[in-house]
Amino acid sequence: MNKIPNRQAICEVLMEHAKSDKDIIALCSDSRGSASMTPFFKEFPEQAVEVGIAEQDLVGIAAGMAHAGKKTYCFSPACFLSTRSYEQAKVDVAYSNTNVKLIGISGGISYGELGMSHHSAQDIAAMSAIPNMRVYLPSDRFQTAKLIEALLTDDSPAYVRVGRNPVEDIYSEESTPFEMDKATVWKFGDGIGKKIVIVACGEMVRPALEGAKSLEKEGITVTVLDMYCVKPFDKDALIKAAEDADLVVSVEEHAPFGGLGSDVASVVSANKPCKVVQMALPDDHVITGKSKAVFDYYGLNAEGIAKTVKGNL
Amino acid sequence: MNRERVKELSIKAMDLRKVVLEMIRKSGGGHIGGDFSVMETLVTLYFDIMNISPDNKDDPDRDYFVMSKGHSVESYYAVLADKGFFDTQELIDTFSQFGSKFIGHPNNEVDGVEMNSGSLGHGLPVAVGMALACRMDKRPSRIYTVMGDGELAEGSVWEGFMAAGHYKLGNLCAVVDRNHLQISGTTEEVMTHENLHQQVESFGWNVLEANGNSISEMSEAFQSAMNVDDKPTLIIANTIKGFGGGDVMENNVGWHHHVPNDEEYEKIVKAIDERREELENE
Repeated sequence: MNKIPNRQAICEVLMEHAKSDKDIIALCSDSRGSASMTPFFKEFPEQAVEVGIAEQDLVGIAAGMAHAGKKTYCFSPACFLSTRSYEQAKVDVAYSNTNVKLIGISGGISYGELGMSHHSAQDIAAMSAIPNMRVYLPSDRFQTAKLIEALLTDDSPAYVRVGRNPVEDIYSEESTPFEMDKATVWKFGDGIGKKIVIVACGEMVRPALEGAKSLEKEGITVTVLDMYCVKPFDKDALIKAAEDADLVVSVEEHAPFGGLGSDVASVVSANKPCKVVQMALPDDHVITGKSKAVFDYYGLNAEGIAKTVKGNL
Repeated sequence: MNRERVKELSIKAMDLRKVVLEMIRKSGGGHIGGDFSVMETLVTLYFDIMNISPDNKDDPDRDYFVMSKGHSVESYYAVLADKGFFDTQELIDTFSQFGSKFIGHPNNEVDGVEMNSGSLGHGLPVAVGMALACRMDKRPSRIYTVMGDGELAEGSVWEGFMAAGHYKLGNLCAVVDRNHLQISGTTEEVMTHENLHQQVESFGWNVLEANGNSISEMSEAFQSAMNVDDKPTLIIANTIKGFGGGDVMENNVGWHHHVPNDEEYEKIVKAIDERREELENE
């Protein structure tokens, strides 16, 4: 079992680059521990800014620093970062086009038992709706590292959501196929029989892959798209995968509005119409529990995905 | 600043009010009351205090300005045009027109504008960030921002006051255009700021007060702020909303974003001309 959460992978990449690039700045809102950024703050105090519990200030200050030449990374729980500082993300970051990377930690229902105040089930919708804001939900620590490496090379705004808990590895040190803003494509099955596409992002990629493997054993051909790049959405990959599909299923740790499922439905319906089923959190208060138990309750696991596929074929 | 320069800039501030008037008349919209109250602050900053011009606009060592009260964009644009960033007539002709880059709030596609604004309460935290970055890089830059007094009700302003005080940002100078009026009435009726001086001082700031419609007093206050290294400075610029527009406009809450009709326009032009003549004869 992997014990390194994606947020730690971010810290490690930033620390590696911060040694030689003094313009890399990490900002926290009393969140350095929960962001796994304590080592960065200890080793690079000159490149670390603490703003206290003040998310609006966090993003505004980061935008000002970026405008004055810094490469800023803001760390705060996704629930607060995507809503409390939404206007700063819209105006000071995206509209002013400042080099700010917003890192939403403990995203989705990572804080499952802490209630709706701590859930971020709307962040994809909110951030995607802002022009000039990219939205990424990497699936494991290796892909997260690749994503941060890529983001370090550009100077445009982005929002990255990662979960609190370690997730099982999907990729590896040796093999992490990654192309910026292109979905990673997995194929299962012999191409005979029913063909389905599963599009997933973030922590839902792992159960999507496991579900696909079980479907393969039942003679179903499955293409899984790891759509870590929710915006810009990799339309081409989905259109290609949906070419002769009998069913497309989207899986996301998000409310059923304005997230991955909405993008999948609009792209498929406009280009390769076929049946599309969305799997997401409910439009309701999410049940209390640790995230795995909550995922299981709503069928957002390998079994639930396989069951949904079979029930819709 | 010597008397001649004060006179020259005071006259410039009156002339630029006429540019604002033309912009608002032609576009049919704008926030004229605050434009007129903040004009001397902007003229002092751009023509006396700040190290910024079209020639050094990309120099990392320049001074930075953030127009937090973005609705006073007409006066900001008029000053930038006069500073040479773009053509004044182009500004008057295209301000707020379809497809124009001269949007009704600051737009950094316009030369000279550092950051977009319009939503209140954003400028101070952004300026704090600029001040932190410039201090990290040991640059000589000073950072300026201008807020409205109604804007002070935004919580993010106080987050900014707190952070700037915490980090002892001596390279940061904020101004509150204290004209005592906002869209719904007096600031004291809407949300009081009677103890502003003490409130901000208690956040670790150096707080100064000046007549915000006096070039000489504002210049003196900005110069004084430069002598304080270990604290950010707030200048409470006591102003008259609509200053320079005469009896029809001054201290009249209805002029927050009123567009003058022909009769009012004539009266305002006459008031500006009279004030300009007085300044010439001083």
